[in-house]
Amino acid sequence: MDHRKRSRLMQQFIFVGPTSLFFFIIVLIPFFLGLYYSFTSWNGISRHVEWTGLRNYLHIFTKDPSFLNSFWFTAKFTIFGLVLTNLLGFTLAYVLTRKLFTRNVLRTVFFVPHVIGGLLLGFIWQFIFVRGFSSIGQATGWSFFNLPWLGTGGTAFWAIVIVFVWQNAGYLMVIYISAINNVPQSLIEASKVDGAGRFQALRHVTLPLVMPAVTVCLFLSISWSFKLFDLNLSLTKGGPFKATESVALNIYNEAYTISRFGMGSAKAMVFFVIVALISLLQVRATKKREVEL
Amino acid sequence: METTAKKFNVPLLLIEVIVILLGLLFLVPFYFLLANSVKSYSEILSDSAALPSALQWSNYAEAWKATNFPRAFLNSFIITVISNILLAFLCSMCAYKMVRNNSLYNRVLYIALVAAMVIPFQSIMIPLVQVVSGLGVMDSTAGLILAYLGFGAPMTVFLFHGFVKSVPLDIEEASRVDGSSPYGTFFRIVLPLMQPIIVTVIILNTLWIWNDYLMPSLILQDPVLRTIPIATYSFFGQYTKQWDLALPGLVLGITPVVIFFLVMQKYIIEGIAQGSVKG
Repeated sequence: MDHRKRSRLMQQFIFVGPTSLFFFIIVLIPFFLGLYYSFTSWNGISRHVEWTGLRNYLHIFTKDPSFLNSFWFTAKFTIFGLVLTNLLGFTLAYVLTRKLFTRNVLRTVFFVPHVIGGLLLGFIWQFIFVRGFSSIGQATGWSFFNLPWLGTGGTAFWAIVIVFVWQNAGYLMVIYISAINNVPQSLIEASKVDGAGRFQALRHVTLPLVMPAVTVCLFLSISWSFKLFDLNLSLTKGGPFKATESVALNIYNEAYTISRFGMGSAKAMVFFVIVALISLLQVRATKKREVEL
Repeated sequence: METTAKKFNVPLLLIEVIVILLGLLFLVPFYFLLANSVKSYSEILSDSAALPSALQWSNYAEAWKATNFPRAFLNSFIITVISNILLAFLCSMCAYKMVRNNSLYNRVLYIALVAAMVIPFQSIMIPLVQVVSGLGVMDSTAGLILAYLGFGAPMTVFLFHGFVKSVPLDIEEASRVDGSSPYGTFFRIVLPLMQPIIVTVIILNTLWIWNDYLMPSLILQDPVLRTIPIATYSFFGQYTKQWDLALPGLVLGITPVVIFFLVMQKYIIEGIAQGSVKG
């Protein structure tokens, strides 16, 4: 009896132990340490950590325009990023599940930007916005290409949106393709017998049945755009004049450029609460629209 | 019969032409990158849209040396491979036990892991650096791998957990009756059954770890240990606007992962679709 109990404990220890340990060390402990630092004025170096209560949080919401600006930038970016990547991803999936000769090649083409990391993509596009676009502009005379793409806040915003959509639409396309392929052909046929056109079949049969994929794709695109960092860092560095600084980049700068770790931690906690809240709300909202076959 | 007739209708061909054009538009950035990577500096400045007049391969030789490319590639490779093997191995064991042994600890751990999936990396990065240096593994490959094991665990366990739930118990019971130990049952019976989800997990973690910039930039300082994204970043800082060096450097940086994708394409596409169903 005792032997069995010991063997069970041993199993639990061997199977679950290592992952638990790494998770505690790398995620849980830093998370709670961060929560603690968010109530202090720690600078990251000094041994003395002064407790300041809610002062950091008050400061963030009342006296820190840079954080609020980065927050509005991120919110705006998330809306456009979310809508455009999903629209393009779904449209591509819808088209590339039809009997086209080149559909396999095209699926590869639309997906390939995603495998390259955001940091390198940002640098590639920096070249295109700075040199490539102006060359096209000179050749064609189209004013669209002669805009100072990374030079003003407004155009730089769209520059990041363009690169983000280019990078991620293909990934969502893959998820939508597998969802559309799982819609039983018999249901589509049945709706056509009932007199539905292609658009009506899409609206009333395909779309409700791919809602689980919509939940996943919205979740992914929200979390990607809300956590925008690499692409932002390499494409604009948050500039010009912090006009395109995402929340993630703002937190990074707070901690590592001006060494205010306490303030950075408070921002990080606010960021966490917002990301968690939005993700939960979105999943709950779209889950309701899922239908079971 | 109807499908073959449909194949040649005009609207479908029109759609095909439109998507092909869109596909070409998607490839334009690669054209700019490749064409200009073999031009001289003055040629890049005079017209970056034109094809190169002569191929200046020396750009690549210089970029290869300046980024210390073989070293950065090897670092990225080692970190990605070891993190992947350990994550797949340890998290599959953990998820398996969590499904099969519904103890209080396991239930709480599962909830904590799922909740942790929404924690943005920025929310833990500041104290993480402190914890990693407290453990004495700062500025080392081991420290970085440890960080990936911890931060990758929630998602990885979650994917395995969903899969194990669908594995029937009967086979395991049969192997028990035949005298296999719990460990033997896991490694000989369950693990082989988990192959599809292992492939998915490895693909998702590879894309993440290989391309990650922030985590290695916080943990690694020694230039010798640099991964490809960090090498590229510092290279860019040094050679800002020196496009004849920067562009071949970027091409070198993206080549390994693009080749990996083209070779593994089938599995990557399936893996992502598979992962999203469970996610």
